Amino acid sequence: MISVRDVHVTFGRGTPLENRALRGLDLAVADGEFITVIGSNGAGKSTLLNVLSGDARAESGTVEVDGIDVTRWPTPKRAGLIARVFQDPMAGTCERLTIEENMALAQARGRTRGLGPALDKPRRVLFRDKLAMLGLGLEDRLGDSMGLLSGGQRQAVSLLMSTLAGTKTLLLDEHTAALDPRTAAFVLDLTRRIVEEQKLTALMVTHSMRDALDHGSRTVMLHEGKVAFDIAGERRKTMDVPDLLQLFKQVRGEELADDSLLLS
Amino acid sequence: MSLIATLGAIEIGLVFALVALGVYITFRVLDFPDLTVDGTLPLGAAVAAAMIAGGINPVWATAAAIIAGCLAGTVTAWLNIRFAILHLLAGILTMTALFSINLRVMGVPNIPLMNRPTVIDFFTWLNPFIAAMGLPARPTLRVMALLIIVTVIAALLARFLKTEFGLAMRATGANPRMARAQGIRTDMYIYVGVALSNGLVALAGALFAQTAGFADVSIGTGTIIAGLAAVILGETIFRTRSIVVAVFSCLIGAIAYRLAIALALNAGWLGLRASDLNLVTAVLVGIALMLPGVANPLRSLFKRSAP
Repeated sequence: MISVRDVHVTFGRGTPLENRALRGLDLAVADGEFITVIGSNGAGKSTLLNVLSGDARAESGTVEVDGIDVTRWPTPKRAGLIARVFQDPMAGTCERLTIEENMALAQARGRTRGLGPALDKPRRVLFRDKLAMLGLGLEDRLGDSMGLLSGGQRQAVSLLMSTLAGTKTLLLDEHTAALDPRTAAFVLDLTRRIVEEQKLTALMVTHSMRDALDHGSRTVMLHEGKVAFDIAGERRKTMDVPDLLQLFKQVRGEELADDSLLLS
Repeated sequence: MSLIATLGAIEIGLVFALVALGVYITFRVLDFPDLTVDGTLPLGAAVAAAMIAGGINPVWATAAAIIAGCLAGTVTAWLNIRFAILHLLAGILTMTALFSINLRVMGVPNIPLMNRPTVIDFFTWLNPFIAAMGLPARPTLRVMALLIIVTVIAALLARFLKTEFGLAMRATGANPRMARAQGIRTDMYIYVGVALSNGLVALAGALFAQTAGFADVSIGTGTIIAGLAAVILGETIFRTRSIVVAVFSCLIGAIAYRLAIALALNAGWLGLRASDLNLVTAVLVGIALMLPGVANPLRSLFKRSAP
Protein backbone atom coordinates (compact mmCIF):
# COMPACT_ATOMS: atom_id res chain seq x y z
CA MET A 1 0.00 0.00 0.00
CA ILE A 2 1.29 3.43 -0.93
CA SER A 3 -0.11 6.75 0.16
CA VAL A 4 1.31 10.05 -1.07
CA ARG A 5 -0.36 13.14 0.41
CA ASP A 6 0.12 16.72 -0.75
CA VAL A 7 3.80 16.20 -1.59
CA HIS A 8 5.88 19.10 -2.84
CA VAL A 9 9.39 18.76 -4.29
CA THR A 10 11.39 21.69 -5.66
CA PHE A 11 14.84 21.34 -7.19
CA GLY A 12 17.28 24.25 -7.06
CA ARG A 13 15.06 26.44 -4.88
CA GLY A 14 15.98 30.11 -5.11
CA THR A 15 18.11 29.69 -8.25
CA PRO A 16 17.23 30.72 -11.81
CA LEU A 17 16.84 26.99 -12.56
CA GLU A 18 14.24 26.47 -9.83
CA ASN A 19 12.05 23.56 -10.84
CA ARG A 20 8.89 22.72 -8.98
CA ALA A 21 8.80 19.04 -9.86
CA LEU A 22 5.90 18.02 -7.61
CA ARG A 23 3.25 20.54 -6.59
CA GLY A 24 0.94 18.97 -4.07
CA LEU A 25 0.69 15.47 -5.50
CA ASP A 26 -1.86 13.08 -4.00
CA LEU A 27 -1.93 9.40 -4.84
CA ALA A 28 -3.23 6.35 -3.03
CA VAL A 29 -2.37 2.86 -4.24
CA ALA A 30 -4.16 -0.09 -2.69
CA ASP A 31 -2.47 -3.41 -1.92
CA GLY A 32 -1.99 -5.51 -5.03
CA GLU A 33 -2.80 -2.67 -7.38
CA PHE A 34 -0.67 -2.27 -10.53
CA ILE A 35 -0.67 1.36 -11.64
CA THR A 36 0.83 2.69 -14.85
CA VAL A 37 2.02 6.30 -14.80
CA ILE A 38 2.23 8.47 -17.90
CA GLY A 39 2.97 12.14 -18.53
CA SER A 40 5.12 14.36 -20.72
CA ASN A 41 8.74 15.23 -19.93
CA GLY A 42 9.04 17.16 -16.70
CA ALA A 43 5.57 16.15 -15.51
CA GLY A 44 7.09 14.67 -12.35
CA LYS A 45 6.98 10.92 -13.14
CA SER A 46 10.58 10.18 -12.16
CA THR A 47 10.39 12.55 -9.18
CA LEU A 48 7.34 10.63 -7.94
CA LEU A 49 9.33 7.38 -8.02
CA ASN A 50 12.34 9.09 -6.42
CA VAL A 51 10.18 10.50 -3.63
CA LEU A 52 8.86 7.00 -3.00
CA SER A 53 12.29 5.33 -3.10
CA GLY A 54 13.99 8.05 -1.02
CA ASP A 55 16.32 9.37 -3.73
CA ALA A 56 14.39 12.67 -3.49
CA ARG A 57 12.93 14.09 -0.29
CA ALA A 58 9.48 15.62 0.05
CA GLU A 59 9.65 19.22 1.28
CA SER A 60 6.12 19.00 2.61
CA GLY A 61 3.45 16.37 2.64
CA THR A 62 3.75 12.72 3.69
CA VAL A 63 4.76 9.47 2.04
CA GLU A 64 3.48 6.24 3.56
CA VAL A 65 4.34 2.69 2.52
CA ASP A 66 2.47 -0.22 4.09
CA GLY A 67 1.03 2.18 6.65
CA ILE A 68 4.48 3.39 7.80
CA ASP A 69 5.39 7.05 7.44
CA VAL A 70 8.68 6.94 5.49
CA THR A 71 8.81 10.63 4.52
CA ARG A 72 12.11 11.23 6.35
CA TRP A 73 13.68 7.80 5.73
CA PRO A 74 16.86 7.62 3.59
CA THR A 75 16.94 5.29 0.57
CA PRO A 76 18.73 2.32 2.22
CA LYS A 77 16.21 2.23 5.07
CA ARG A 78 13.29 2.21 2.63
CA ALA A 79 14.82 -0.68 0.71
CA GLY A 80 13.35 -3.01 3.31
CA LEU A 81 9.89 -2.05 2.00
CA ILE A 82 10.46 -1.08 -1.62
CA ALA A 83 12.20 -2.63 -4.61
CA ARG A 84 13.08 -0.67 -7.71
CA VAL A 85 14.07 -1.39 -11.30
CA PHE A 86 15.83 1.46 -13.07
CA GLN A 87 15.50 2.69 -16.66
CA ASP A 88 19.18 2.24 -17.40
CA PRO A 89 20.07 -1.49 -17.41
CA MET A 90 23.52 -0.50 -16.10
CA ALA A 91 22.04 1.30 -13.06
CA GLY A 92 20.21 -1.57 -11.41
CA THR A 93 23.06 -4.07 -11.23
CA CYS A 94 26.82 -4.09 -10.54
CA GLU A 95 28.58 -5.03 -13.76
CA ARG A 96 31.85 -5.77 -11.95
CA LEU A 97 30.16 -8.41 -9.78
CA THR A 98 28.87 -11.79 -10.90
CA ILE A 99 25.21 -12.67 -11.46
CA GLU A 100 25.06 -14.65 -8.22
CA GLU A 101 26.74 -11.85 -6.25
CA ASN A 102 24.21 -9.34 -7.58
CA MET A 103 21.40 -11.66 -6.56
CA ALA A 104 22.94 -12.17 -3.10
CA LEU A 105 23.03 -8.39 -2.66
CA ALA A 106 19.35 -8.17 -3.52
CA GLN A 107 18.39 -11.10 -1.32
CA ALA A 108 19.91 -9.38 1.73
CA ARG A 109 17.89 -6.21 1.09
CA GLY A 110 16.40 -4.92 4.33
CA ARG A 111 18.45 -7.33 6.47
CA THR A 112 21.58 -6.69 8.53
CA ARG A 113 24.61 -7.82 6.54
CA GLY A 114 26.91 -9.83 8.73
CA LEU A 115 30.20 -11.69 8.41
CA GLY A 116 28.68 -14.91 7.16
CA PRO A 117 29.47 -15.93 3.59
CA ALA A 118 27.46 -13.99 1.01
CA LEU A 119 26.98 -17.11 -1.09
CA ASP A 120 26.38 -20.70 -0.04
CA LYS A 121 24.92 -23.81 -1.60
CA PRO A 122 21.22 -23.25 -0.69
CA ARG A 123 21.38 -19.73 -2.06
CA ARG A 124 23.03 -20.85 -5.29
CA VAL A 125 20.31 -23.48 -5.75
CA LEU A 126 17.62 -20.84 -5.16
CA PHE A 127 19.22 -18.41 -7.60
CA ARG A 128 19.61 -21.13 -10.21
CA ASP A 129 15.92 -22.05 -9.92
CA LYS A 130 14.84 -18.42 -10.14
CA LEU A 131 17.04 -17.79 -13.20
CA ALA A 132 15.72 -20.92 -14.88
CA MET A 133 12.25 -19.36 -14.79
CA LEU A 134 13.47 -16.66 -17.17
CA GLY A 135 14.20 -19.20 -19.88
CA LEU A 136 17.30 -17.28 -20.96
CA GLY A 137 19.84 -19.96 -20.09
CA LEU A 138 21.30 -17.77 -17.35
CA GLU A 139 20.97 -20.53 -14.76
CA ASP A 140 24.24 -22.00 -16.03
CA ARG A 141 26.06 -18.67 -15.85
CA LEU A 142 25.82 -17.85 -12.14
CA GLY A 143 29.53 -17.02 -11.95
CA ASP A 144 29.59 -14.82 -15.05
CA SER A 145 30.12 -11.13 -14.50
CA MET A 146 26.98 -9.03 -14.94
CA GLY A 147 28.77 -6.88 -17.49
CA LEU A 148 28.70 -9.76 -19.98
CA LEU A 149 24.88 -9.71 -20.16
CA SER A 150 22.80 -7.78 -22.70
CA GLY A 151 20.55 -4.92 -21.61
CA GLY A 152 17.44 -7.10 -21.78
CA GLN A 153 19.06 -9.90 -19.79
CA ARG A 154 20.17 -7.41 -17.16
CA GLN A 155 16.66 -5.95 -16.83
CA ALA A 156 15.24 -9.47 -16.52
CA VAL A 157 17.73 -10.27 -13.75
CA SER A 158 16.98 -6.89 -12.11
CA LEU A 159 13.29 -7.80 -12.03
CA LEU A 160 14.11 -11.14 -10.50
CA MET A 161 16.35 -9.41 -7.93
CA SER A 162 13.50 -7.10 -6.94
CA THR A 163 11.50 -10.11 -5.75
CA LEU A 164 14.23 -11.92 -3.77
CA ALA A 165 13.83 -10.06 -0.46
CA GLY A 166 10.08 -10.53 -0.35
CA THR A 167 9.19 -6.81 -0.39
CA LYS A 168 5.66 -6.11 -1.60
CA THR A 169 6.13 -2.77 -3.35
CA LEU A 170 7.78 -2.53 -6.76
CA LEU A 171 8.77 0.66 -8.58
CA LEU A 172 9.46 0.41 -12.32
CA ASP A 173 11.08 3.47 -13.89
CA GLU A 174 10.58 3.14 -17.67
CA HIS A 175 12.43 -0.11 -17.29
CA THR A 176 11.90 -1.14 -20.93
CA ALA A 177 12.72 2.23 -22.53
CA ALA A 178 16.33 1.29 -23.32
CA LEU A 179 15.44 -2.06 -24.91
CA ASP A 180 14.57 -3.11 -28.46
CA PRO A 181 10.83 -3.80 -29.05
CA ARG A 182 11.06 -7.59 -28.84
CA THR A 183 13.12 -7.59 -25.65
CA ALA A 184 10.87 -4.87 -24.21
CA ALA A 185 7.83 -7.10 -24.81
CA PHE A 186 9.59 -10.00 -23.09
CA VAL A 187 10.52 -7.89 -20.05
CA LEU A 188 6.99 -6.44 -19.84
CA ASP A 189 5.48 -9.91 -19.94
CA LEU A 190 7.89 -11.02 -17.23
CA THR A 191 6.90 -7.96 -15.18
CA ARG A 192 3.22 -8.89 -15.44
CA ARG A 193 3.96 -12.49 -14.44
CA ILE A 194 6.06 -11.49 -11.42
CA VAL A 195 3.58 -8.85 -10.20
CA GLU A 196 0.71 -11.35 -10.46
CA GLU A 197 2.53 -14.30 -8.90
CA GLN A 198 3.97 -12.34 -5.99
CA LYS A 199 0.84 -10.18 -5.59
CA LEU A 200 2.94 -7.02 -5.64
CA THR A 201 1.82 -3.42 -5.43
CA ALA A 202 3.47 -1.91 -8.49
CA LEU A 203 3.97 1.52 -9.99
CA MET A 204 5.21 1.50 -13.59
CA VAL A 205 6.29 4.71 -15.31
CA THR A 206 6.12 4.43 -19.09
CA HIS A 207 6.33 6.60 -22.17
CA SER A 208 4.17 4.23 -24.17
CA MET A 209 0.38 4.83 -24.06
CA ARG A 210 -0.08 1.32 -25.43
CA ASP A 211 1.83 -0.25 -22.53
CA ALA A 212 0.09 2.03 -20.06
CA LEU A 213 -3.31 0.67 -21.09
CA ASP A 214 -2.25 -2.95 -21.68
CA HIS A 215 -0.70 -3.45 -18.27
CA GLY A 216 -1.97 -3.03 -14.75
CA SER A 217 -5.38 -2.09 -13.47
CA ARG A 218 -5.24 1.69 -13.30
CA THR A 219 -3.58 4.51 -15.26
CA VAL A 220 -2.54 7.85 -13.82
CA MET A 221 -1.39 10.83 -15.84
CA LEU A 222 0.83 13.42 -14.21
CA HIS A 223 0.98 17.00 -15.38
CA GLU A 224 3.00 19.82 -13.81
CA GLY A 225 3.60 17.89 -10.63
CA LYS A 226 0.01 16.82 -9.99
CA VAL A 227 -2.32 14.01 -10.99
CA ALA A 228 -4.12 15.25 -14.09
CA PHE A 229 -6.35 12.22 -14.53
CA ASP A 230 -6.78 8.84 -12.94
CA ILE A 231 -8.71 6.13 -14.80
CA ALA A 232 -9.58 2.61 -13.77
CA GLY A 233 -12.30 -0.02 -14.09
CA GLU A 234 -14.81 -0.05 -16.94
CA ARG A 235 -13.84 3.33 -18.31
CA ARG A 236 -10.22 2.20 -18.70
CA LYS A 237 -11.19 -1.12 -20.26
CA THR A 238 -13.10 0.54 -23.09
CA MET A 239 -10.33 3.04 -23.75
CA ASP A 240 -7.88 2.82 -26.59
CA VAL A 241 -4.74 4.78 -27.35
CA PRO A 242 -6.55 7.52 -29.33
CA ASP A 243 -8.95 8.09 -26.42
CA LEU A 244 -6.05 8.38 -24.04
CA LEU A 245 -4.28 10.71 -26.42
CA GLN A 246 -7.41 12.84 -26.57
CA LEU A 247 -7.49 13.04 -22.77
CA PHE A 248 -3.77 13.84 -22.77
CA LYS A 249 -4.28 16.70 -25.25
CA GLN A 250 -7.28 18.00 -23.34
CA VAL A 251 -5.28 18.37 -20.15
CA ARG A 252 -2.42 20.09 -21.92
CA GLY A 253 -4.73 22.10 -24.15
CA GLU A 254 -6.57 23.58 -21.21
CA GLU A 255 -3.25 24.61 -19.76
CA LEU A 256 -2.45 26.36 -23.02
CA ALA A 257 -5.80 28.12 -22.95
CA ASP A 258 -5.06 29.26 -19.42
CA ASP A 259 -1.71 30.63 -20.52
CA SER A 260 -3.24 32.51 -23.45
CA LEU A 261 -5.83 34.01 -21.13
CA LEU A 262 -3.11 35.18 -18.82
CA LEU A 263 -1.10 36.68 -21.66
CA SER A 264 -3.97 38.50 -23.35
CA MET B 1 72.44 -9.69 -6.81
CA SER B 2 73.55 -11.14 -3.49
CA LEU B 3 71.38 -13.39 -1.33
CA ILE B 4 71.21 -10.72 1.39
CA ALA B 5 70.07 -8.11 -1.14
CA THR B 6 67.41 -10.51 -2.48
CA LEU B 7 66.13 -11.25 1.02
CA GLY B 8 66.09 -7.52 1.75
CA ALA B 9 64.01 -6.87 -1.37
CA ILE B 10 61.54 -9.60 -0.44
CA GLU B 11 61.34 -8.27 3.11
CA ILE B 12 60.45 -4.74 2.04
CA GLY B 13 58.15 -6.23 -0.63
CA LEU B 14 56.23 -8.09 2.07
CA VAL B 15 55.88 -4.93 4.15
CA PHE B 16 54.57 -3.10 1.10
CA ALA B 17 52.24 -6.00 0.33
CA LEU B 18 50.17 -4.71 3.26
CA VAL B 19 50.25 -1.24 1.71
CA ALA B 20 49.10 -2.82 -1.57
CA LEU B 21 46.19 -4.52 0.22
CA GLY B 22 45.18 -1.18 1.76
CA VAL B 23 45.42 0.58 -1.59
CA TYR B 24 43.45 -2.25 -3.20
CA ILE B 25 40.59 -1.70 -0.72
CA THR B 26 40.32 2.03 -1.37
CA PHE B 27 41.16 2.30 -5.06
CA ARG B 28 39.78 -0.95 -6.35
CA VAL B 29 37.01 -2.05 -3.97
CA LEU B 30 35.61 1.30 -2.84
CA ASP B 31 36.58 3.41 -5.85
CA PHE B 32 37.79 5.98 -3.29
CA PRO B 33 41.31 7.16 -4.25
CA ASP B 34 42.77 7.76 -0.81
CA LEU B 35 46.11 9.53 -0.45
CA THR B 36 46.11 9.47 3.37
CA VAL B 37 48.46 6.47 3.27
CA ASP B 38 51.54 8.67 2.69
CA GLY B 39 50.91 9.88 6.24
CA THR B 40 49.58 6.63 7.69
CA LEU B 41 52.68 4.54 6.95
CA PRO B 42 55.00 6.79 9.03
CA LEU B 43 52.18 7.14 11.60
CA GLY B 44 52.17 3.38 12.11
CA ALA B 45 55.97 3.36 12.33
CA ALA B 46 55.98 6.33 14.72
CA VAL B 47 53.38 4.92 17.10
CA ALA B 48 54.97 1.47 17.19
CA ALA B 49 58.54 2.79 17.57
CA ALA B 50 57.67 5.35 20.23
CA MET B 51 55.83 2.75 22.29
CA ILE B 52 58.46 0.03 21.89
CA ALA B 53 61.21 2.51 22.78
CA GLY B 54 59.10 3.39 25.82
CA GLY B 55 59.23 -0.23 26.92
CA ILE B 56 55.75 -1.34 25.87
CA ASN B 57 55.16 -4.86 24.54
CA PRO B 58 55.62 -4.84 20.72
CA VAL B 59 52.27 -6.59 20.20
CA TRP B 60 50.43 -3.79 22.00
CA ALA B 61 52.53 -1.21 20.18
CA THR B 62 51.61 -2.77 16.84
CA ALA B 63 47.93 -2.93 17.79
CA ALA B 64 48.03 0.75 18.80
CA ALA B 65 49.61 1.59 15.42
CA ILE B 66 46.75 -0.17 13.60
CA ILE B 67 44.14 1.73 15.64
CA ALA B 68 45.92 5.04 14.93
CA GLY B 69 45.83 4.23 11.21
CA CYS B 70 42.12 3.39 11.36
CA LEU B 71 41.45 6.74 13.06
CA ALA B 72 43.41 8.62 10.37
CA GLY B 73 41.33 6.86 7.69
CA THR B 74 38.14 7.71 9.52
CA VAL B 75 39.09 11.39 9.49
CA THR B 76 39.57 11.29 5.70
CA ALA B 77 36.25 9.51 5.18
CA TRP B 78 34.55 11.97 7.52
CA LEU B 79 35.91 14.99 5.62
CA ASN B 80 34.63 13.46 2.38
CA ILE B 81 31.22 12.23 3.56
CA ARG B 82 30.24 14.83 6.12
CA PHE B 83 31.57 17.91 4.33
CA ALA B 84 31.57 16.71 0.71
CA ILE B 85 35.29 17.48 0.33
CA LEU B 86 36.75 15.76 -2.76
CA HIS B 87 38.23 12.40 -1.67
CA LEU B 88 41.67 13.20 -3.14
CA LEU B 89 41.78 16.50 -1.26
CA ALA B 90 40.43 15.00 1.97
CA GLY B 91 43.28 12.47 1.87
CA ILE B 92 45.88 15.17 1.23
CA LEU B 93 44.52 17.23 4.15
CA THR B 94 44.80 14.31 6.57
CA MET B 95 48.22 13.35 5.20
CA THR B 96 49.51 16.91 5.69
CA ALA B 97 48.21 17.03 9.25
CA LEU B 98 49.75 13.63 9.95
CA PHE B 99 53.25 14.91 9.18
CA SER B 100 53.06 17.19 12.24
CA ILE B 101 51.25 14.55 14.30
CA ASN B 102 53.96 11.98 13.52
CA LEU B 103 56.66 14.38 14.76
CA ARG B 104 54.64 14.94 17.93
CA VAL B 105 54.23 11.20 18.45
CA MET B 106 57.95 10.54 18.05
CA GLY B 107 59.23 13.74 19.66
CA VAL B 108 62.29 13.47 17.38
CA PRO B 109 62.48 12.92 13.62
CA ASN B 110 64.08 9.50 14.00
CA ILE B 111 63.76 6.71 16.59
CA PRO B 112 66.25 3.82 16.38
CA LEU B 113 65.00 0.42 17.55
CA MET B 114 68.26 -1.52 17.68
CA ASN B 115 68.20 -4.46 20.12
CA ARG B 116 64.63 -3.76 21.16
CA PRO B 117 62.00 -6.53 21.36
CA THR B 118 59.85 -6.75 18.22
CA VAL B 119 56.98 -8.92 16.98
CA ILE B 120 59.58 -10.85 14.98
CA ASP B 121 60.76 -12.34 18.30
CA PHE B 122 57.55 -14.38 18.39
CA PHE B 123 58.77 -16.34 15.37
CA THR B 124 62.13 -17.55 16.74
CA TRP B 125 60.69 -21.10 16.73
CA LEU B 126 61.47 -20.96 13.00
CA ASN B 127 65.22 -20.68 13.68
CA PRO B 128 66.01 -24.46 13.56
CA PHE B 129 64.38 -24.73 10.12
CA ILE B 130 66.28 -21.69 8.84
CA ALA B 131 69.57 -23.08 10.21
CA ALA B 132 68.81 -26.44 8.55
CA MET B 133 68.36 -24.67 5.19
CA GLY B 134 71.68 -22.90 5.67
CA LEU B 135 70.24 -19.43 5.07
CA PRO B 136 71.43 -16.28 6.88
CA ALA B 137 69.62 -16.33 10.23
CA ARG B 138 68.28 -12.81 10.96
CA PRO B 139 67.24 -11.70 7.44
CA THR B 140 65.55 -15.05 6.72
CA LEU B 141 63.70 -14.97 10.04
CA ARG B 142 62.35 -11.51 9.20
CA VAL B 143 61.20 -12.68 5.76
CA MET B 144 59.56 -15.83 7.13
CA ALA B 145 57.80 -13.94 9.94
CA LEU B 146 56.52 -11.29 7.55
CA LEU B 147 55.44 -13.95 5.07
CA ILE B 148 53.32 -15.64 7.74
CA ILE B 149 51.78 -12.36 8.98
CA VAL B 150 51.05 -11.05 5.49
CA THR B 151 49.61 -14.35 4.20
CA VAL B 152 47.25 -14.62 7.18
CA ILE B 153 46.07 -11.04 6.72
CA ALA B 154 45.56 -11.49 2.97
CA ALA B 155 43.55 -14.67 3.60
CA LEU B 156 41.40 -12.88 6.18
CA LEU B 157 40.84 -9.97 3.79
CA ALA B 158 39.89 -12.28 0.92
CA ARG B 159 37.46 -14.07 3.21
CA PHE B 160 36.05 -10.78 4.47
CA LEU B 161 35.37 -9.58 0.91
CA LYS B 162 33.31 -12.71 0.31
CA THR B 163 31.04 -12.14 3.33
CA GLU B 164 27.70 -10.34 3.08
CA PHE B 165 29.35 -7.29 4.63
CA GLY B 166 32.30 -7.45 2.22
CA LEU B 167 30.05 -7.94 -0.79
CA ALA B 168 28.06 -4.85 0.24
CA MET B 169 31.36 -2.93 0.44
CA ARG B 170 32.24 -4.02 -3.10
CA ALA B 171 28.80 -2.94 -4.31
CA THR B 172 29.33 0.45 -2.63
CA GLY B 173 32.34 1.02 -4.87
CA ALA B 174 30.93 -0.61 -8.00
CA ASN B 175 27.50 1.08 -8.11
CA PRO B 176 26.59 3.26 -5.11
CA ARG B 177 23.10 4.11 -6.37
CA MET B 178 22.22 0.46 -6.86
CA ALA B 179 23.78 -0.32 -3.47
CA ARG B 180 21.55 2.19 -1.70
CA ALA B 181 18.49 0.85 -3.52
CA GLN B 182 19.45 -2.58 -2.15
CA GLY B 183 19.43 -1.21 1.39
CA ILE B 184 23.21 -0.70 1.71
CA ARG B 185 24.19 2.33 3.82
CA THR B 186 27.06 3.32 1.52
CA ASP B 187 28.46 6.00 3.88
CA MET B 188 28.99 3.45 6.63
CA TYR B 189 30.82 1.10 4.24
CA ILE B 190 33.10 3.93 3.08
CA TYR B 191 33.97 4.72 6.70
CA VAL B 192 34.76 1.07 7.46
CA GLY B 193 36.66 0.51 4.20
CA VAL B 194 38.88 3.60 4.40
CA ALA B 195 39.57 2.93 8.10
CA LEU B 196 40.46 -0.70 7.35
CA SER B 197 42.74 0.34 4.48
CA ASN B 198 44.64 2.84 6.62
CA GLY B 199 44.81 0.36 9.48
CA LEU B 200 46.59 -2.07 7.14
CA VAL B 201 48.99 0.62 5.96
CA ALA B 202 49.75 1.63 9.56
CA LEU B 203 50.45 -2.04 10.31
CA ALA B 204 52.88 -1.98 7.38
CA GLY B 205 54.53 1.06 8.97
CA ALA B 206 54.73 -0.65 12.37
CA LEU B 207 56.30 -3.77 10.81
CA PHE B 208 58.67 -1.61 8.78
CA ALA B 209 59.94 0.07 11.96
CA GLN B 210 60.43 -3.31 13.65
CA THR B 211 62.15 -5.04 10.73
CA ALA B 212 64.26 -2.10 9.48
CA GLY B 213 65.12 -1.13 13.06
CA PHE B 214 64.04 2.53 12.97
CA ALA B 215 61.15 4.91 12.42
CA ASP B 216 61.61 8.16 10.53
CA VAL B 217 59.13 10.91 9.63
CA SER B 218 60.26 10.87 6.00
CA ILE B 219 59.52 7.22 5.15
CA GLY B 220 55.98 7.99 3.92
CA THR B 221 56.89 9.84 0.74
CA GLY B 222 55.73 7.91 -2.31
CA THR B 223 53.84 5.25 -0.34
CA ILE B 224 50.70 5.62 -2.43
CA ILE B 225 52.59 5.31 -5.73
CA ALA B 226 54.50 2.26 -4.50
CA GLY B 227 51.21 0.68 -3.39
CA LEU B 228 49.59 1.46 -6.72
CA ALA B 229 52.59 0.02 -8.57
CA ALA B 230 52.19 -3.24 -6.64
CA VAL B 231 48.44 -3.41 -7.32
CA ILE B 232 48.86 -2.68 -11.05
CA LEU B 233 51.76 -5.13 -11.39
CA GLY B 234 49.78 -7.82 -9.59
CA GLU B 235 46.75 -7.27 -11.80
CA THR B 236 48.91 -7.41 -14.90
CA ILE B 237 50.48 -10.72 -13.83
CA PHE B 238 47.16 -12.33 -12.82
CA ARG B 239 44.26 -11.28 -14.99
CA THR B 240 41.41 -12.52 -12.90
CA ARG B 241 37.86 -11.83 -11.82
CA SER B 242 38.26 -13.91 -8.67
CA ILE B 243 38.48 -11.73 -5.59
CA VAL B 244 40.71 -14.24 -3.79
CA VAL B 245 43.25 -14.32 -6.61
CA ALA B 246 43.02 -10.53 -6.89
CA VAL B 247 43.91 -10.11 -3.20
CA PHE B 248 46.88 -12.46 -3.43
CA SER B 249 48.04 -10.88 -6.68
CA CYS B 250 48.63 -7.71 -4.61
CA LEU B 251 51.20 -9.66 -2.56
CA ILE B 252 52.92 -11.07 -5.61
CA GLY B 253 52.84 -7.64 -7.24
CA ALA B 254 54.46 -5.98 -4.22
CA ILE B 255 57.27 -8.55 -4.01
CA ALA B 256 57.88 -8.64 -7.77
CA TYR B 257 58.00 -4.86 -7.81
CA ARG B 258 60.62 -4.67 -5.05
CA LEU B 259 62.71 -7.39 -6.68
CA ALA B 260 62.62 -5.52 -9.99
CA ILE B 261 63.67 -2.29 -8.26
CA ALA B 262 66.48 -4.10 -6.44
CA LEU B 263 67.69 -5.62 -9.73
CA ALA B 264 67.66 -2.22 -11.42
CA LEU B 265 69.57 -0.60 -8.55
CA ASN B 266 72.07 -3.46 -8.55
CA ALA B 267 72.75 -3.26 -12.26
CA GLY B 268 75.77 -1.01 -12.13
CA TRP B 269 75.65 -0.10 -15.82
CA LEU B 270 72.27 1.65 -15.30
CA GLY B 271 73.99 4.05 -12.92
CA LEU B 272 70.99 4.24 -10.56
CA ARG B 273 71.25 5.13 -6.89
CA ALA B 274 68.94 4.12 -4.04
CA SER B 275 67.66 7.70 -3.93
CA ASP B 276 66.37 7.31 -7.50
CA LEU B 277 63.68 4.91 -6.22
CA ASN B 278 60.80 7.38 -6.26
CA LEU B 279 61.67 8.57 -9.76
CA VAL B 280 61.81 5.00 -11.08
CA THR B 281 58.51 4.16 -9.37
CA ALA B 282 56.74 7.23 -10.71
CA VAL B 283 58.01 6.53 -14.24
CA LEU B 284 56.88 2.87 -14.03
CA VAL B 285 53.39 3.75 -12.76
CA GLY B 286 53.16 6.49 -15.38
CA ILE B 287 54.00 4.00 -18.14
CA ALA B 288 51.42 1.57 -16.73
CA LEU B 289 48.77 4.27 -16.98
CA MET B 290 49.80 5.14 -20.53
CA LEU B 291 49.87 1.61 -21.93
CA PRO B 292 46.83 0.88 -24.08
CA GLY B 293 44.87 -2.31 -23.60
CA VAL B 294 46.21 -3.08 -20.15
CA ALA B 295 43.31 -3.96 -17.90
CA ASN B 296 43.83 -0.99 -15.66
CA PRO B 297 41.33 -0.07 -12.95
CA LEU B 298 43.01 3.25 -12.32
CA ARG B 299 42.76 4.55 -15.83
CA SER B 300 39.24 5.84 -15.31
CA LEU B 301 40.32 7.63 -12.15
CA PHE B 302 43.49 9.24 -13.34
CA LYS B 303 43.02 9.73 -17.04
CA ARG B 304 40.48 11.84 -18.77
CA SER B 305 38.61 9.89 -21.41
CA ALA B 306 39.76 10.44 -24.97
CA PRO B 307 37.83 13.22 -26.77
